[in-house]
Amino acid sequence: MADTSIPLEINHLHKSFNGNPVLNGLSLKAQKGDVITLIGASGSGKSTFLRCMNLLEMPDQGELIVHGEAIGFKVDRKGQRQPEDWKQVERIRARLSMVFQNFNLWPHMTLIENVMAAPVHVLKMPKAQAREKGMALLKRVGLSERASYFPTQMSGGQQQRGAIARALAMDPEVMLFDEPTSALDPELVGDVLHVMHELADEGRTMIVVTHEMDFARDVSNHVMFLHQGLIEEQGAPGDILTSPRSERLQQFLAPRY
Amino acid sequence: MEQLSTLWQPVLSWMNGNDIFTPNTFEMYWSGLVNTVHLVFVSLVIGLIIAVPLAIARGSSNLWIRKPVWFFTYLFRGTPLLIQLYLAYYGFAFIPGIQDTWLWFFLEDPIYPALLAFTLNTAAYTTEIFHGAIQSTPRGEIEAARAYGMNRFTMLRRIVLPSAFRRALPAYGNEVIFMLHASAIAFVVSITDLTGAAYYIYARFYAPFAAFLFVAVLYMALSFSIQGLFKYLEKRLLGHLKPQS
Repeated sequence: MADTSIPLEINHLHKSFNGNPVLNGLSLKAQKGDVITLIGASGSGKSTFLRCMNLLEMPDQGELIVHGEAIGFKVDRKGQRQPEDWKQVERIRARLSMVFQNFNLWPHMTLIENVMAAPVHVLKMPKAQAREKGMALLKRVGLSERASYFPTQMSGGQQQRGAIARALAMDPEVMLFDEPTSALDPELVGDVLHVMHELADEGRTMIVVTHEMDFARDVSNHVMFLHQGLIEEQGAPGDILTSPRSERLQQFLAPRY
Repeated sequence: MEQLSTLWQPVLSWMNGNDIFTPNTFEMYWSGLVNTVHLVFVSLVIGLIIAVPLAIARGSSNLWIRKPVWFFTYLFRGTPLLIQLYLAYYGFAFIPGIQDTWLWFFLEDPIYPALLAFTLNTAAYTTEIFHGAIQSTPRGEIEAARAYGMNRFTMLRRIVLPSAFRRALPAYGNEVIFMLHASAIAFVVSITDLTGAAYYIYARFYAPFAAFLFVAVLYMALSFSIQGLFKYLEKRLLGHLKPQS
């Protein structure tokens, strides 16, 4: 029976691109307050796995359950899997916020407009309320004085913190982070990780694809190591990052220089 | 005051002494200017209104929506505007019985066939400009909109179109100036636009240079004001795309 207390549950997810299998039956269960990091070499499928969670990629097989509500699928005339009801998908997407590697702020809007857009146009929140909330969130991520700037007028780190504020504005039940620091200059990574650390501390459910091993070790409570579309090893960061059992994870964690 | 009138004196005496720049011809130029601006403005506005839904339809995944729009733009961009104007002006008269209907009231006057041809022509070009801009919307902007639960309509209205229109602005500014210059052919269906006025004065006084140079200057003034307007709009609406130092 579906358990409504579990924010996100995924069972046996499969996905292939043009016949090349990328995900080969992945499962994940995120309890409330979990911070799960997905690590693995590039091409291991971790980003695709994350993008399947809000259906930016359509999984070929597998179950997706958000707070006990399973997403219905059907097969269209071309034999492609489609959601049964796009409205359900939109509703569920609004409950899972995503933070992208390349920020993907909308460039024609100022920062505060970016933060307000989804609450106003998707959740139908009154504008004044959304603005007030947005300003409070921008203050949280240290960007109140940048509210009326356009994304191109800000550094990468500021854009990414702005994108996190945009994600928070939806009061998401699960936050999905797709390599949030990979496109940043090294000196800007710290600010973004600091914000994410705070979010974890206040008990937000987060799923983070990352190459930041320090973050995985210090912040997350569960680490999944992916290899060739399968979960090679998973567990508490203290265990699997300090004493990896599989050879692949040992290789992955070995110092590179 | 004294000085001013001495400055003006040569101009006034020159105007009194020539046949070509008289209050009479100025009135002709003026009505030509009004006709040109009217023709271009109305066809641009209606063309723009038509082009927005067509540009969206042009990129539809449904073949039956996409192809007719493609055909329309192909047709109007593939033939000279002059031919379209002739067809609109002369063509309707050959439809059996049309001269007995109320439509003839409009079609008899050359301004309506000209408006029709100009409107459809600019609509076709504008459709392609907007279509290109919509297609070139960065993937990330669309993914972010989808990831935040926007439906297709909201995404189109709040993200894709505002972003695309801004990017299309420079190209559309060109189209507006093109249209202004293309409107110079309206005089062949006996509309007294700017060129028509110049042609009349040329024929009347056999003074081609005075007449055509003068309208050239008027067209130029119009072009520059349009350019100025678009420069202003680009500065206001496209400032966000400028890389900051």
